[in-house]
Amino acid sequence: MALTIPRMLPSGDAAITVEFAREISDAANQRVLALDRMLTAHAIAGIRETVPTYRSLLVHYDPEQIGFDALAQQLTTLAQSPIANDSTARRHWRIPVCYGGEHGIDLEDAAATLKMTPDDLVARHAGGDYRVAMIGFTPGWSYLSGLDPALAVPRRQAPRLLTPAGTISIGGVQTGVQCLPGPSGWHLLGRTPVRTYQLHRDPIFLLEPGDAISFNRIDAKQFDEQDRAAEHGELIAELELS
Amino acid sequence: MSLLVVDSVGPATSVQDAGRHGAQRYGLTPSGAMDRLSLAAANTLVGNAPFAAAIELGPLGATFTARGGAVRLALTGAERPAAVHGEPIALYESFVLADGETLTLGIARSHVFSYLAIAGGIGGEPMFGSLAVNARAGLGSPYPRPLQAGDTIPAQPASSAAERSLDLPKPPDGPIRVVLGPQDDEFGDAVAAFLGGEWKVSATSDRMGYRLDGPEIRHLHGHNIVSDGTVDGSIQVPGSGQPIVLMPDRGTSGGYPKIATVITADLGRLAQLQPGRPFRFQAVSIDDAQAAYRGLAKLIRALPDRLQDAQQGTLDLDALFTANVAGAATNALDS
Repeated sequence: MALTIPRMLPSGDAAITVEFAREISDAANQRVLALDRMLTAHAIAGIRETVPTYRSLLVHYDPEQIGFDALAQQLTTLAQSPIANDSTARRHWRIPVCYGGEHGIDLEDAAATLKMTPDDLVARHAGGDYRVAMIGFTPGWSYLSGLDPALAVPRRQAPRLLTPAGTISIGGVQTGVQCLPGPSGWHLLGRTPVRTYQLHRDPIFLLEPGDAISFNRIDAKQFDEQDRAAEHGELIAELELS
Repeated sequence: MSLLVVDSVGPATSVQDAGRHGAQRYGLTPSGAMDRLSLAAANTLVGNAPFAAAIELGPLGATFTARGGAVRLALTGAERPAAVHGEPIALYESFVLADGETLTLGIARSHVFSYLAIAGGIGGEPMFGSLAVNARAGLGSPYPRPLQAGDTIPAQPASSAAERSLDLPKPPDGPIRVVLGPQDDEFGDAVAAFLGGEWKVSATSDRMGYRLDGPEIRHLHGHNIVSDGTVDGSIQVPGSGQPIVLMPDRGTSGGYPKIATVITADLGRLAQLQPGRPFRFQAVSIDDAQAAYRGLAKLIRALPDRLQDAQQGTLDLDALFTANVAGAATNALDS
């Protein structure tokens, strides 16, 4: 089957948005990540950095080295090459989450909205297989694909101005791992002690777009212990290579 | 080692350079100076590389004192009163602040940001190749936050080099140029309202974004799109219909449709617009925008060629700002 041609949209004079879809689509995100990998493997002179998102790849470039038309043409060609078989994630992270209570203040309300018990919601959320679709907004904020469609819930009417570091939340058809404290309109289900962004740690950024993610439940006491260890630079998250 | 001590300072004053690039895929925004040409001019005057770290000053006043030795400084950008012990200091001219002397800066009379460069640059620990402050991410050096009274900035002792002055081409005074997109097709006829309207920068603007007051810009299909990447100058339109121009401390992705993008060569000019001052947008082709980009880059590279020996004590500020260099400006920006 021939691949559809992505749209090459100008984002000013020094970036192109390569748009594969207008909606959240797993197939589109796979193509975004595949094009991103191709650009890592076959560098095009003039590209400064790339930013994968759910449905598009933002390509920052230097207009002194390459013009819009020439770059758009090369990206169009690359985007239509077959996606290599290694498109499945090679890194799989197991991330501990303490659901509910003070760490997940919206769990009960979200469960009520979804007409299920909080335990049911947690079991479905913790049982999912996810992939990092994009990292954006603030450092380490990892948006995941793979949320059980039964857990889709409208965002809050009034966003919260401050939500805690490590928040695990759902909003619309999305779920994510937030790193820094910040505003959010999503429903807070729990918290992880894992820092996806931590200065003076190697690596500073834990997750890469395309990584596989699963969650395992921990209790509040384990959260406190692991949070202290994470504060001192321990990764906490378990990595499996497949 | 000399020190530049911050005695008093207003908000929105921080160490900035060309920002940190390469980690936007992890949600880390580049940050960096709001007006790159003024940063480059200040650095060039004191012999630094154009995008060395310098102090970006917001519109309010500030005072700095040299300790432990003299430092060589230069001030560019917004016009504002500047004096050392009551003696006026010229903008766009290097000068030495002797050990114990205090530089007093007043409120910006025009524009918003000034740049105070220190010969030898600012002593600090770069993260991702930059000293630029990004307080939310805990980044920036010597302080990972805006400057406060009592802060001390490590600096090189001033050499005996001659003082230099610099005249920049007069900046264009026309509309702020944009390239339409990436989501102008979400707006239909509202694109014409956007291009035809008169706009003002709102007083609630900051280094993350400039909110614009003007006609309400309506979306064809609602204001929620699936998040995609942003750039400096992205003009996103939230549900209020009030556009926001994303600035260097922006989020790396956003979920509002982006009607247009301010061209690189005009972003510093927009950053320097005082709240309430009316302006318009003008759509240009990508080719024209990229020609302007190359013109600005060429102008910045050639700044050292524009240096002249300073004529101390005889400086005429009005002459400096109205110097007949508009022709050169046109050539440099359009070539």
